[in-house]
Amino acid sequence: MTETPVMPLHMRRERFDPVEELARAREGEGVTRIMTIFGTPAYLVSRYEDVREVLSDATRFSNAGSQPVLHSDTLSKEERARLQAGQLLAYDPPEHTRLRRMLTPEFTVRRMRRLEPRIVEIVDAALDDLERAGKPADLVSHFALPVPSLVICELLGVPYSDREAFQRRTGRLLDASLPLEQRTAAQLENREYMGHLVERARVEPGEDMLGMLVREHGDDLTDAELAGVSSLLLLAGHETTSNMLGLGTLALLRHPDQLALVRDDPEQVEPAVEELLRWLSIVHSGVPRTTTTEVEIAGQTVPEGSQLILALPAANRDPDFVDDPERLDVTRGAAGHLAFGHGVHHCLGAPLARMEMRIAFPALLRRFPGLALAVPYEEIEFKAFHVVYGVRELPVTW
Amino acid sequence: MRADVERDICIGAGMCVLTAPAVFDQDDDGIVVVLTEEIAPGDEAAVRRAVTLCPSGAIRPPRLQAGQ
Repeated sequence: MTETPVMPLHMRRERFDPVEELARAREGEGVTRIMTIFGTPAYLVSRYEDVREVLSDATRFSNAGSQPVLHSDTLSKEERARLQAGQLLAYDPPEHTRLRRMLTPEFTVRRMRRLEPRIVEIVDAALDDLERAGKPADLVSHFALPVPSLVICELLGVPYSDREAFQRRTGRLLDASLPLEQRTAAQLENREYMGHLVERARVEPGEDMLGMLVREHGDDLTDAELAGVSSLLLLAGHETTSNMLGLGTLALLRHPDQLALVRDDPEQVEPAVEELLRWLSIVHSGVPRTTTTEVEIAGQTVPEGSQLILALPAANRDPDFVDDPERLDVTRGAAGHLAFGHGVHHCLGAPLARMEMRIAFPALLRRFPGLALAVPYEEIEFKAFHVVYGVRELPVTW
Repeated sequence: MRADVERDICIGAGMCVLTAPAVFDQDDDGIVVVLTEEIAPGDEAAVRRAVTLCPSGAIRPPRLQAGQ
């Protein structure tokens, strides 16, 4: 049980790029038999059209079909149930719809616009902090992580002062090179922490999302569900946007012509964010799907009960989706990438993530027009074996 | 052309509001509402884009009106 897992094909990258073997799988058979990190057999789906189709159809491709929550065999049935409660990604409709509909009012376009001034303040304060830290400084710990962390903490109603502890636990949970027991333990600790915040919100619901859930849906949701939903939002709100800001800045620094466009042309910011989402595809695969019936994908028959892993970076770099897919082109303006997924599980926080990035990238580049790496590019360490791709540190100067 | 949506399957992602704001909006629950059944010719391309981008499939391809 404690043997080191082997990195599966869909997580393998060379710096910014998915490995060539993954492109060969997409150009070749389209559906490839692989082993997951847990040593179980699965089918890897890698073409854009196929991945999109699987994501679109929650009836034939189930999230709840197989072990939907990360856990080790050492857990009791009760502990497993506790980990699954409120975990939106572990349910199919209609159970999923019930939970998701309680959260959609919090992420409307209108709500996001109301948050905008506060996000601008948070970004500016982080840039002040970076400037005070003096050069060289680590962009991840001074900017890429604190911005989304403070945003999601305020939105949810989680004390920002607790961040170091839960960031450390989440880091362990998402480190796929660790033994499963350690990752599961981190997940249980996160749930316990959130359980305390739920208890507090039950007594005194605040003006934040946790308070709203208690006030509006407190009778329909168990404490375990409340803790589950909130844990997922806290994790998702951190890991994704912070890695996009860190890795995205590095990508722009490596493409100075593209960086200049994002810095100097406000019209270019929105398409640039979409292109960075597509090109970087920091989530390797999302939650595996399980076939509820025999299906045909890329001309191959896949039996009922099979596990499907969806290779998002391969799909987003499919030449049948965009021309010249390996090239980062912030002017591309291609819609429909799968970095946030597709279908009923499409990222709930996508509007928030987009707004944070549209504010943060240009603000950073305008505050520090001379932004540059403070170490040789070759020394930058990528998070190779992590559920969400990114860089650990990004030493910069200006 | 007339806008066509399926509110029952909407997940409130808001892509339609960002893509074709003259035609689609969200109610307080985040669920899609049609602002104008009649799609102005200048908005047709945006509506088609919204159909493609909608994650849940709640934005249906616009319908031709009778007589068109």
